Amino acid sequence: MNYPKELSYAKTHEWVKTEDGVSVIGITDYAQHALGDVVFVNLPQEGDVVTAGESFGDVESVKAVSDIISPVTGTICAVNEELADSPELLNNDPYGAWIIKVQDVSDTDELLDAAAYEALCAQEG
Amino acid sequence: MKLIFEKSVNGRSCTILPKCDVKQTCLDEDLERQSSLDLPQLGESDISRHYTELCKNVYGVNDGFYPLGSCTMKYNPRIDEQIASMPAFTDIHPLAPEASTEGCREVLDLAGKYLCEITGMDDMTFQPAAGAHGEFTGVLLIKQYHKARGDEKRTKIIVPDSAHGTNPATAAMCGFQVVNISSSEDGCVDLDALKAALGEDTAGLMLTNPNTLGIFDENILEITRLVHEAGGLCYYDGANLNAVMGIVRPGDMGFDCIHLNLHKTFATPHGGGGPGAGAVGCKAFLKDYLPSSAIMGSKGIQVRSFSGNFLVVVKALTYILTLGREGIPEAARNAVLNANYLMKRLEGTFEPAFERICMHEFVLGLGRFKEQTGVSALDVAKSLIDRGIHPPTMYFPLIVHEALMFEPTETESMETLDHVADVLRELYELAHKDPEYMKGAPHNAQIGRPDEVQAARNPILRWKADD
Amino acid sequence: MGHYIPSTEAQQKQMLCDIGLNDFKDLYKDVPASMYLDRKLDIPEGKSELEVQRAMASIASRNKVYKTVLRGAGSYDHYIPSIVRYIPAKEEFLTAYTPYQAELSQGVLQSIFEYQTMICMLTGMDVSNASVYDGATAAAEAAAMCRDRKRRVTLISESTHPDVINTVRTYCFGTDDELRLVPCKDGKTDKEALKQMLQGADVSGFYVQQPNFFGLFEDATELGNIVHEAGAMFIMGCNPIALAIMKTPAECGADIAVGEGQPLGLPMGYGGPYLGFMATTAKNMRKLPGRIVGQTTDSKGERCFVLSLQAREQHIRREKASSNICSNEALCALTASVYMAAMGPSGMKEVASQCMAKAHYLAAELCSIKGVKMCFDGRFFHEFLLDMPKADEILAKLDENGILGGLRTSDGILWCVTEKASKVDLDRTVSIVREVLA
Repeated sequence: MNYPKELSYAKTHEWVKTEDGVSVIGITDYAQHALGDVVFVNLPQEGDVVTAGESFGDVESVKAVSDIISPVTGTICAVNEELADSPELLNNDPYGAWIIKVQDVSDTDELLDAAAYEALCAQEG
Repeated sequence: MKLIFEKSVNGRSCTILPKCDVKQTCLDEDLERQSSLDLPQLGESDISRHYTELCKNVYGVNDGFYPLGSCTMKYNPRIDEQIASMPAFTDIHPLAPEASTEGCREVLDLAGKYLCEITGMDDMTFQPAAGAHGEFTGVLLIKQYHKARGDEKRTKIIVPDSAHGTNPATAAMCGFQVVNISSSEDGCVDLDALKAALGEDTAGLMLTNPNTLGIFDENILEITRLVHEAGGLCYYDGANLNAVMGIVRPGDMGFDCIHLNLHKTFATPHGGGGPGAGAVGCKAFLKDYLPSSAIMGSKGIQVRSFSGNFLVVVKALTYILTLGREGIPEAARNAVLNANYLMKRLEGTFEPAFERICMHEFVLGLGRFKEQTGVSALDVAKSLIDRGIHPPTMYFPLIVHEALMFEPTETESMETLDHVADVLRELYELAHKDPEYMKGAPHNAQIGRPDEVQAARNPILRWKADD
Repeated sequence: MGHYIPSTEAQQKQMLCDIGLNDFKDLYKDVPASMYLDRKLDIPEGKSELEVQRAMASIASRNKVYKTVLRGAGSYDHYIPSIVRYIPAKEEFLTAYTPYQAELSQGVLQSIFEYQTMICMLTGMDVSNASVYDGATAAAEAAAMCRDRKRRVTLISESTHPDVINTVRTYCFGTDDELRLVPCKDGKTDKEALKQMLQGADVSGFYVQQPNFFGLFEDATELGNIVHEAGAMFIMGCNPIALAIMKTPAECGADIAVGEGQPLGLPMGYGGPYLGFMATTAKNMRKLPGRIVGQTTDSKGERCFVLSLQAREQHIRREKASSNICSNEALCALTASVYMAAMGPSGMKEVASQCMAKAHYLAAELCSIKGVKMCFDGRFFHEFLLDMPKADEILAKLDENGILGGLRTSDGILWCVTEKASKVDLDRTVSIVREVLA
């Protein structure tokens, strides 16, 4: 399992990278592994407002569905449309396959660093 | 197997209709269909052979043991089918004059009367077409009841986490927030969790009893009392009524409304996924909220057209008349006996989730077995297919690890149960000797394991000529 | 006395003994004693098969089967080819459960895949589900598909079957959403009123029935354009027989096509079981409720079929599922497939043409009687509303002659003619009406 040091993590298994005021959000390696083969991603639209702690989309595998929770409050400025046709990118490259980018971030949930997140995943087994 | 479209030959047809004996009328061009109609072109013998080929790759109750937990796959009597196919039932228009439909209304009246007696309810509707549709109807009764009293603050429905997925989905369709409460280890309601969840915002509780683990909740009277005390109503999911019909009645447990699956408990066939019939019963104080048909002259809510799946009700009534007052509880007792007997015969092999008398179904927990052998509940289920037995319900309820849920029903003989127990014992031993073989099962089924990931990622949902 | 329990009494005792119990009552020790039903059920004693046969036949004999049925209004008396009755009665199809176990259910799964394909062919749409309960619930589910967080209001034409309107209204009541009725003008949806009602961005979808409740063809393409201009979705509820010859929902620009599948080989059966069909565009595929069968390959690389896109459904999504449906009308969908296969493209068109021709013949003949006239002038398919005097008397006289006349409504009599009625039947009907009105 991979936990890149430069990212921050939500307890609900999303990763965040903030650069130049824009938060890039995806799901973690642990999350994609727990879900299994991802078959569909329910994506939001550019311009939608997301709220920290609330779901903005979901990821489907064959026998499960999991909400994607936004770790930040703000406005979506980009959506990774490639995931619509190639949901398997979330399995193959979870940290490369970002899901949304958020700007005008006004609030952020409490996030974990890589070590703390790895400890959390170890606990959840 | 070829698809029916791949057997089509241009110009081939059946000869069904005579020539038109009045002058043709043509549709104006702006109303006319523009695209060609590409339905298959076949002769009657082609059609007959096509479907006969298909049905060789179908497994019904008539093919063998079908222990799907929670589905009550009991034998579907032929007389029920014969009665329901009488022209005096099939050829009746739902809007024919009352004087010409006395028989149909008698069927609905009698079925309603007997099912009210069996469930302890005061009134019954047959409009809902299936179990989930019955749940929707039942919870709408609760919604109307609170609304009529001006009690707008009741926005929540309580559902145990061991419930079928339809329960929370139903509550959401009725505009309620779902409050999931945890169950105790044996799937029974955790009274403390229930008390904590109850309040002025409680609209009601949805419950199955016996619960989804096949255990009768002995606190049931206390549960319904607590909900009523908080001002909520109690909804009974009839999925598991087969264990207790004629023995104990949901009405006497304190439930206010219920649904029944006539296609489970009352022996009407599942038809590969329907039609069912989801009769909904209620206590007298809710009967004004039952659904009816606008075109048949009634006001009020309505969940589908006309009076529901009438011909399914004919089958269920025929079944009730056959069993009668003695046969109904006898069926329940034997359903429970068969489940307990099979569980007993498995002693020393797969472990039951609970070491106690069960109701009409029991759950095996293969968690430890999987740790020892690497063979999963899914592998065991698929191995049963190789031995001509339909798998039990898998991975439900969610609160048991590696669950296999068996519901043998009363219509299986002692010899069948003995045979199934022998097969399961053999699989248990095989898993310890040759786990890899079991992980590849089924080996001689119609198909190998299907690629469900591919199916969901690149959906092909219809045939196209170019494919 | 009737039962379906194969184990003998001796075997039952043996089984109890093997479990370590003495009495059946011991099986129910968890049931509180105060609740245990300590009396017999108040229902009749059980019966032998022959007695049950007699009892049910006696009930059935109190129904009247008409030789000629000229009533529709949501349930249609079409001819059912004999093979259509035999195939779904095969015990394997009849007694199977939902095909969750693909390895044991290829026959059911393939038959549903073929049904989905035929519904797509009939409607011109891209994808179909495996069926819902009936046409009214299909309409209600379609309306729910259109709603999103911002657009919550549903519009439905007043020219729709009253049971469909009331069912959609009930589903809206469930989710606390609003249903608004678009009024009619001359028996068809009032387009100006529709435009008005679409102002404001809260309308999610508009439902129209084609042909409508009065039998008239709506100007569907135009209605679709009006709806789309306002950014809402367009739902068409179609008669599947008429679809063989009339402009398809796809050709009219519909986003969702639904309908009552009963005319496709299902008996009237006093209202059910029927069949709700639902089809949509590829774009809206994942919004479809209920089961959908998909094609894939098995571990040997062979084509096979599975229940697909299951993550939409209640058993996985629970309270977040868009619908709670699980059992549908699979056997009725199979029946409809066999019907469409037996009729074939030419037979389907022939049924539709004959219905229309015979309806127009009867309408013209009846209108030649003094005092009888059409309520609306619009173009119609196989139903039409007539303004006629002595309506009750006419219907009673026809009834005496074994003819079920049209449906009495507040405006007149709504007649329906299918291919089953011969010219002789229709001429007889006309002469009886003529006699009453003479």
